[in-house]
Amino acid sequence: MPSFPRMVAIVGYGAYIPFYRIKVEDIARIWGENPKSISNGLGIFEKSVPSIDEDTATIAVEAARRAIKTTKIDAKDIGAIYVGSESHPYAVKPTATIVAEAINATPYMTAADYEFACKAGTAAIQNCMALVKSGMIKYGMAIGSDVAQAAPGDALEYTAAAGGAAYIVGKEGIAEINETVSFTTDTPDFWRREGQPYPGHGERFTGEPAYYRHIKNAANLLMEKMGTKPSDYDYAVFHQPNGKFPRRVAKMLGFSKEQIENGLLCPVIGNTYSGSMLMGLAATLDIAKPGDRIIAVSFGSGAGSDAFDITVTDAIEKYERQNVRKMIEKKKYIDYSIYMKFRGEF
Amino acid sequence: MAVPRYWREIPARYNLIGNKCTVCGNIYFPPRAICPICRRKSFGKMVDYKLKGTGVVESYTIIHVPPPHFEGEEPYIMALIKLDEGPYITAQIVDCDEKDVHIGMRVKATFRRIMDDGEKGAIYYGYKFIKE
Amino acid sequence: MRDVAVIGIGMTKFGELWERSFRELVAEAGIEAIIDAGIEGKDIDAMYIGGMSSGGFVQQEHVAPLAIEVAGLEDFHIPSTRVEGACASGGMAVHQGYIAVASGIHDIVLVGGAEKMTDVVGTEATNVLASAADREWEAFFGMTFPGLYALMARYHMHKYGTTPEQLASVAVKNHYNGSMNPKAQFNRRISIEDVLASPMVADPLHLLDCSPITDGAAAAILAPVEIAKKYTDKIVKIIASTQASDTISLHSRKRFDALPAAIHAAKNAYKQAGIEPKDIDLAEVHDCFTIAEIMAIEDLGFFERGKGGKATEEGLTSLNGEIPINTSGGLKSKGHPVGATGVAQINEIVSQLRGEAKERQVKDAEIGLTHNVGGSGGTAVVHILEVV
Repeated sequence: MPSFPRMVAIVGYGAYIPFYRIKVEDIARIWGENPKSISNGLGIFEKSVPSIDEDTATIAVEAARRAIKTTKIDAKDIGAIYVGSESHPYAVKPTATIVAEAINATPYMTAADYEFACKAGTAAIQNCMALVKSGMIKYGMAIGSDVAQAAPGDALEYTAAAGGAAYIVGKEGIAEINETVSFTTDTPDFWRREGQPYPGHGERFTGEPAYYRHIKNAANLLMEKMGTKPSDYDYAVFHQPNGKFPRRVAKMLGFSKEQIENGLLCPVIGNTYSGSMLMGLAATLDIAKPGDRIIAVSFGSGAGSDAFDITVTDAIEKYERQNVRKMIEKKKYIDYSIYMKFRGEF
Repeated sequence: MAVPRYWREIPARYNLIGNKCTVCGNIYFPPRAICPICRRKSFGKMVDYKLKGTGVVESYTIIHVPPPHFEGEEPYIMALIKLDEGPYITAQIVDCDEKDVHIGMRVKATFRRIMDDGEKGAIYYGYKFIKE
Repeated sequence: MRDVAVIGIGMTKFGELWERSFRELVAEAGIEAIIDAGIEGKDIDAMYIGGMSSGGFVQQEHVAPLAIEVAGLEDFHIPSTRVEGACASGGMAVHQGYIAVASGIHDIVLVGGAEKMTDVVGTEATNVLASAADREWEAFFGMTFPGLYALMARYHMHKYGTTPEQLASVAVKNHYNGSMNPKAQFNRRISIEDVLASPMVADPLHLLDCSPITDGAAAAILAPVEIAKKYTDKIVKIIASTQASDTISLHSRKRFDALPAAIHAAKNAYKQAGIEPKDIDLAEVHDCFTIAEIMAIEDLGFFERGKGGKATEEGLTSLNGEIPINTSGGLKSKGHPVGATGVAQINEIVSQLRGEAKERQVKDAEIGLTHNVGGSGGTAVVHILEVV
């Protein structure tokens, strides 16, 4: 039995992806790598690049504004805004207040920034769910947004991308969140020390003991709790650090290629970190029909996974959807030197 | 420069809140204390007015020699934009090729980082425009 | 109202004067004007000093008493006032001096202007100059001074078909004139190709469409005509002195193809002098950028709106053209120490009307005009001078 049946829902969502892309082959050329083997190895062809004037806050604002615009709710009815990211523009001073001000939700509300590597955005959703369910707020906004950093020459450089998605959580909406569970351990697979510009990671240790273990456990726990099996879901979305991991974890869990394909954005936009699973879910909601069931599982290094069981409602028919896939098509390629300029490396 | 100066302009810079003279109905951006048409009759009768953030490029330039806070960003496009509600605004146009910008181009507002007070200072956000 | 004459002029060489300080420049221009007038320092009743941003350029405000000190006039305790109107500061100082003398409050007044711009690095100079624009709603967003004129240039080109070559022809003419001015920053003649091949500063304005960063000072001595007669036989009378304002920001103006403040100041000046544009023999106009001269000669009524570029290209504003513009080389070639410019313009017209302009002398020059603009057109000052 679900712990809180039919009480919490996604009211609406908004996604944002920067305009610029760099191809994996352009990065590979700089480091003398074979572009084909990199692309095949990581399952990624190009990634999004934030412009010189974009950061986690601007991406979060754009995503939040789209969510407000499509749900048509009064921003003043939002009681809480949480922004999850591992690249907040300030070490101390919230991104969430910038978003709150920019969507006109201030001042009678609460706000905070979250950090849990790539799953801070889904942690924000869980907190909004709790506040809505308890009756403390009418609507909550949870955002996952990142401008991911990677040291030049590091394997992460091929995937570290920028993007974000905002979700408005309320009592009813376009998709009910039937249940959420988490699986959390202390696993240092990936980290960034205070004051350091780039993250460090445990290389292959990021795989089996980290990504796979946590996602599998969270997904299985959820299905066990809900009494479901993979074939009960129309779509499955997993955190996408590259194009390979989500495909492999889906296979391990027993999901088909068809179930994950539409929500798999990493091959064309890279890893948007806190935005990753949430953007994949947005692309899935873009095409979902009333009654469709979705399982969505995030992963954050350090490490943990949040799993969600979602049922799309009739309200989605009248909802002005985003079309994340179309948004991704609006792009311009830049070369490695412009990429470095945008990153402020010069 | 200390932060209060930037902080007090946040409504206009984040959300294009201009104002409207309730006497003659004219809309202003940036907001004005006194309507130049109604003058004393308008004093105390100017009310906030949120602009939609859409408009058309009336003129533009590409800045190659930037001021200190914008070093490293050049070249960038600055435009004189006529907002649909009437006021003109000076703003950057981003995500647009310098060869594509033209007089008459429709644009809409977006939210971007404008500048910061150095690596240790505050970051200031506000409007820039993109192709509609 | 008393008739006012310019009885003395003085100016330093304009340029990158690395070895000279702000104070030395002020002293030199002032002394030269005093000597030229044939007066003594003790004869001066008041001073008005134009300066845009001594604070920004040399971190020194309160320069009016500084000017008294460098002139060695402190024992007389005369009033000294700094006047600020961005690049129109010099013209405004002349206007203030004119009002003081015409009203009868003071007899002999020294008006001056000075700017020491090379004591800051280039981007900082750009930043200080940008403070003549609207800091909150233009400069904050990355706008620069050349950028604002570039917006007007693009607009003018779009509306009237003004071409980059026509813009360049302003710079070519002014460099030609400046090549004959020993006090000019640049004595080098340039071609249209040179201008078009120079780097872009703010598209469509190239580096050679822009006036330079300059150090320099200029001064003039004003006196009532009755008193002037004691000092000189060749009296250059100020027959009009007007100043007008507009919004500081370009985007709040009624039009972008002209400077309404300049149109207004010119209209009032012609009215005050009782003459028409066609009566003007030569003019020094505020060519901070090439487009500014094209708009100026239209705003002043010398050419129809939209025809300024063509007129320049056809040589109508050349030294021996229909109406010679910027015989000194203008801001473009003579240099543009912003606060000094308005006073330097008076220097050129006075020397032309006295017949002392040597190689660049305009034949039979009797009436000359100066047009000095602050910011992107928030302030405009027009003076008309006549030799009697």
